Amino acid sequence: MITVQADDLVRILPQAILAGFAILVMVFEPFLPAARKTLLGWFSLFGVVAAGAATIRTSFSPGLAFGNSISADRFSLFFICLFLLVAALTLLGSFHSLERENINHGEFYALLLMATVGMCFMAASTELIMIFLGLEISSLATYVLAGFKRQDALSNEASLKYFLLGSFATAFFLYGIAVVYGLTGTTNLLVLSAQLGRSGEFRPGAVFAWVALLLMFVGLAFKVSTVPFHVWTPDVYQGAPAPVTAFLSVGPKAAAFAVLLRIFLGAFASAGSGVFWVFWASAILTMCLGNLAALLQSNVKRLLAYSAIAHAGYVLVGIAAGRGEGTAPVLFYLTVYALMNVGAFLLVAHLAGTGERWTRIEDFTGLGYQRPAVAACLAAFMLSLAGFPTTAGFFAKFYIFRAAVHSGLIGLTIVAVLTSVVSVYYYFRLIVVMYMREGKAEAASASLPWALRVALAISVVGIFYLGLYPTDFLLLTNLAAVPLP
Amino acid sequence: MVPLAHILALSVILFGLGAAGFVFRRNIITIFMCIELMLNAVNLAFIGFSRYLGNLDGQIFAFFVIVVAAAEAAVGLAIIIAVYRNRGSLSIDDFDSMKL
Amino acid sequence: MEVLLLLILLPPLAGAVLNGIFGRRFPQAVVSAVACTAPGLSLFFALLTAWTFAHLPTEPAPYVHSYFTWIEAGAFRADFALYYDRLTLVMTVAVTLVSFLIHLYSRGYMEQEGGYYRFFAYLNLFLFMMLTLVTAANYPLMFVGWEGVGLCSYLLIGFYFPRKSASDAGKKAFIVTRIGDVGFTLGVVLLFWTFGSVDFQYVFTRLEALPPGDLQGSLTAVGILLFLGAVGKSAQLPLYVWLPDAMEGPTPVSALIHAATMVTAGVYMVARSHALYAHAPLALEIVAVTGCVTAFFAATIALAQNDLKRLLAYSTISQLGYMFVGCGVGLFSAGNFHLMTHAFFKSLLFLAAGSVMHALSGELDLRKMGGLRHQMRTTWLTFLVATLAISGVPGLSGFFSKDAILAGAREGPLGDPRLYWLATVTAGLTAFYMFRALFMAFHGASRVQPALEPHVHESGGKMTRPLLVLAFFSVVAGYVSLPKALGGGEWFHHYLQPVFASSQALLSSTAAPAAGHAPSRLAVMGTSVLFAGAGFLLAYLGYVKFTGLPSRLTECFRGTYQLLVNKYYVDEVYDWLIVRPLRRGSEIFLWRIVDAGAIDGLLVNGSAQATASAGNLLRRMQSGNLRSYATWVLLGAVLWLGYILLR
Repeated sequence: MITVQADDLVRILPQAILAGFAILVMVFEPFLPAARKTLLGWFSLFGVVAAGAATIRTSFSPGLAFGNSISADRFSLFFICLFLLVAALTLLGSFHSLERENINHGEFYALLLMATVGMCFMAASTELIMIFLGLEISSLATYVLAGFKRQDALSNEASLKYFLLGSFATAFFLYGIAVVYGLTGTTNLLVLSAQLGRSGEFRPGAVFAWVALLLMFVGLAFKVSTVPFHVWTPDVYQGAPAPVTAFLSVGPKAAAFAVLLRIFLGAFASAGSGVFWVFWASAILTMCLGNLAALLQSNVKRLLAYSAIAHAGYVLVGIAAGRGEGTAPVLFYLTVYALMNVGAFLLVAHLAGTGERWTRIEDFTGLGYQRPAVAACLAAFMLSLAGFPTTAGFFAKFYIFRAAVHSGLIGLTIVAVLTSVVSVYYYFRLIVVMYMREGKAEAASASLPWALRVALAISVVGIFYLGLYPTDFLLLTNLAAVPLP
Repeated sequence: MVPLAHILALSVILFGLGAAGFVFRRNIITIFMCIELMLNAVNLAFIGFSRYLGNLDGQIFAFFVIVVAAAEAAVGLAIIIAVYRNRGSLSIDDFDSMKL
Repeated sequence: MEVLLLLILLPPLAGAVLNGIFGRRFPQAVVSAVACTAPGLSLFFALLTAWTFAHLPTEPAPYVHSYFTWIEAGAFRADFALYYDRLTLVMTVAVTLVSFLIHLYSRGYMEQEGGYYRFFAYLNLFLFMMLTLVTAANYPLMFVGWEGVGLCSYLLIGFYFPRKSASDAGKKAFIVTRIGDVGFTLGVVLLFWTFGSVDFQYVFTRLEALPPGDLQGSLTAVGILLFLGAVGKSAQLPLYVWLPDAMEGPTPVSALIHAATMVTAGVYMVARSHALYAHAPLALEIVAVTGCVTAFFAATIALAQNDLKRLLAYSTISQLGYMFVGCGVGLFSAGNFHLMTHAFFKSLLFLAAGSVMHALSGELDLRKMGGLRHQMRTTWLTFLVATLAISGVPGLSGFFSKDAILAGAREGPLGDPRLYWLATVTAGLTAFYMFRALFMAFHGASRVQPALEPHVHESGGKMTRPLLVLAFFSVVAGYVSLPKALGGGEWFHHYLQPVFASSQALLSSTAAPAAGHAPSRLAVMGTSVLFAGAGFLLAYLGYVKFTGLPSRLTECFRGTYQLLVNKYYVDEVYDWLIVRPLRRGSEIFLWRIVDAGAIDGLLVNGSAQATASAGNLLRRMQSGNLRSYATWVLLGAVLWLGYILLR
């Protein structure tokens, strides 16, 4: 018999607050005139900040909640903070571009908050069914967000593709859970890891366990877009409204990585070692294909989409490095990746102008002279994505590669280094057109609204802070990596 | 009593049919139905296991899945309607305006 | 001391930030004042630091100060720490002095150009990075400077970005040096594996205590990998191709970055890692041979160049080769001595060439110059001084430093007669091509285009004054190390002795003594003077006395001449051997094999034109059709599952 206690509620306080605010946004929405919907955005931002404050309260009473299905540990709190950061940045960057696209409806903010709730549950759950629910909560919200420009054919198409393929992949994930249940009679990761810890591996036959793990991997690999489950990524990123793309490229991906870490480096760390080659193979395919395809792009949003795929490959390298080595670098990488990718997408969204017309690389020609500050920000994001020293991107890659080398994955590291050298080429293409060509940048129209400025400032400062002085944050990720079951 | 193996075989077959339908059918509504088929195949597996293990968890999971599937249907049909209004077509092959 | 050290670094950074952010709104005078004060201050603090250092009780021992912990990850730790010893002292003073003069010169040179503030912001940033490179106390921090100077050079080469050749050259420089940087990175990683640290002081102390022969394998590998980085940065064979193209940048940039400072970073790095190379004689031999062959090879290309700046670029490559010979034979101080003198006379040559360009509205073709000495006396005189210096005419700086290297090639711990003779012949070639350039540009009848003729004028004082100062240094810099044979004390050599002593002792003890009887120092000097004199005489005969002779000669040796004019077709060979087969191979593979496969039915209408054929497969994967996407997802799932089930 499960009884709900006060501590249980405290341990899901951030999620509860977010969900409460999402509902309140929906309640207030009909009472606000169309011109004032941005108020709801600020209200949601307030909700995100409140949830952030709540994580502090939660961190004082760590532990399990709701019949061992939720765990409020350092690992989940780290991810919750990351998701809140992403949500806050996206909110700050979306106000102006929603108004510009004439889609400034309150539902946007409610859906964004709900998607964040789902992601938080994914990171905090120790129960496969709960993870599935979190996954679906965030997915359903993001399916709608991707198609939020209802009149726009590309946005529609993005939403449709994301929805159909997403549900398709989820079915695989669910089947994986069913097989785990059939083999062990439980879906609780803590119980599982205790059982496996006794016997070392699955009793009825390792092959079925591996099948189960692989099925779950397929579902999550879809979310983090590893090759060949990445096919939806470029289309959806291109078609979705740009603030949504910024959110999509980071949030659900990080959440799925959190689940991958919990399942593969947590509960099944030893029993699942038979399927670790899948990370290895996926990492190689993903890094190669993502970087090669990015070389060919002429649309900046698609270029960033392929770059996002490639970055998923680097994170997979970290997971392949294994439990002791890989977890903290992965957390570090995901944070850095969130800062730089959200920043880059938000900036591109703004520069693209009404109806997102200016998204070709040539549209940025000469931007360095017309808008030096904006171009400098974009250049900083590109440098960081390329992994240039003094930016956070460098250390993110460095720690991942170091972990891989320590685990003896020399071949994988060489591929990773080589592909990251290739990646420099396409990131620099943007810098080259901004600074080394004369021209009238089409994408230089409007001035930056100040909310967006705040978001960009946070990202840029974060990138350089972590790039110049990564030590403190690295210690934090080391702390967060410990409590994996 | 139906043996577990039969239930699982049916479940796998249904799941495969759903996946194959997803790939081969052209109508978006049909594709959507194929996804429902796959989810129900999973439900079948859950219930089969639940009976075999003599523990009720699996049946509860099946309820969860049904609820989620219903929510998914609501969202999915809404998206499909928006798409249909814009393009006037329900054939999946017409939706390839973004490539490479 | 620790504050002073920081103060050397900070002014250029402040200047770059100020000009970079506010430069657009400043008037030109303010921009140039800010930009020139920065290196001036750096020079002042560099001298002050040198004075303070000389009065430290620990004096010859290096001074290291760690400001804060920069990276810490498990066992890996790198501080933001600076390292100061006599070698650093020489480098900081030389770098700040030359760059101060070049900044002054650029005020005049860039007056009429657009992007004045941008130019100076990059230039100051470059100086900051360069100083970081030479004062860093560990390899990662050095790498930051290393990458930073590369980035600035890339930005400055592409400064005239509307010209396609300029932005192409920038790209080429970036990509080619990146190949070297991969080597550098791997070398540092390997070093960390070997010693568990990347800190100079720690590693060098360990190395000095290491018995010779230990860890030979990994140390040789580290040495070779680090040298690969130097090959890229210092434009040695086979990665030298970017430097001639880099001449697309403004001339002061060529003088500062591509002659005096950045390209010598490789030499500095090898000298800094002397303790490591002392344990890896094989790597050191590779350094020497690469340097020597490059010196000769580049000098022969320079023989037939008609573009003044490109000629100087090949000459730089050749002189860098000399420096590597100096380091490679184990006489690190000789390599650094030449580095310093070369910084003076080569930047002088470039700046004088810039002055000529200014007078001729950008003309660089030697065949369209001639007789300029009448209109441009100062430029001519300074160019003459630099030519005399680089050719090794006795009494000027180049003579002493080159002589030290040549003597080292003969007598040094790893010396070899073959190196010596090749280097001596190169000295003759150097004299020939430099005097050829001098005569073609400044002597004889004018071949200047009539339209330009009336405009030919001497450049203003802003430009000529730095020329005179550099000319002064080009003459006297050599006297800091007058060879014993001429009654000197080799002061420079002895000054750096505490830095390199242990390595040299180790090398002398392990290396086999040079075969044969070493000639006396005077004989070495005599031979090199003889070769230089022959070069001068040939140039004089060919380009002043009998001006018809060269064209007749080129007629006779048409093939050789063509080969030289076309720089041995190296660019073409690279294109033909590497770029094209890659392109063709991928075309054949993707078009014939993948395309002919049965995928066509499912993956529709990729796109007709394949801009990059490697993308074709991807294009097909990303057809836009949902059903093909689902196929990929299903395929992936089946593949992963199938592998586990059938294994």
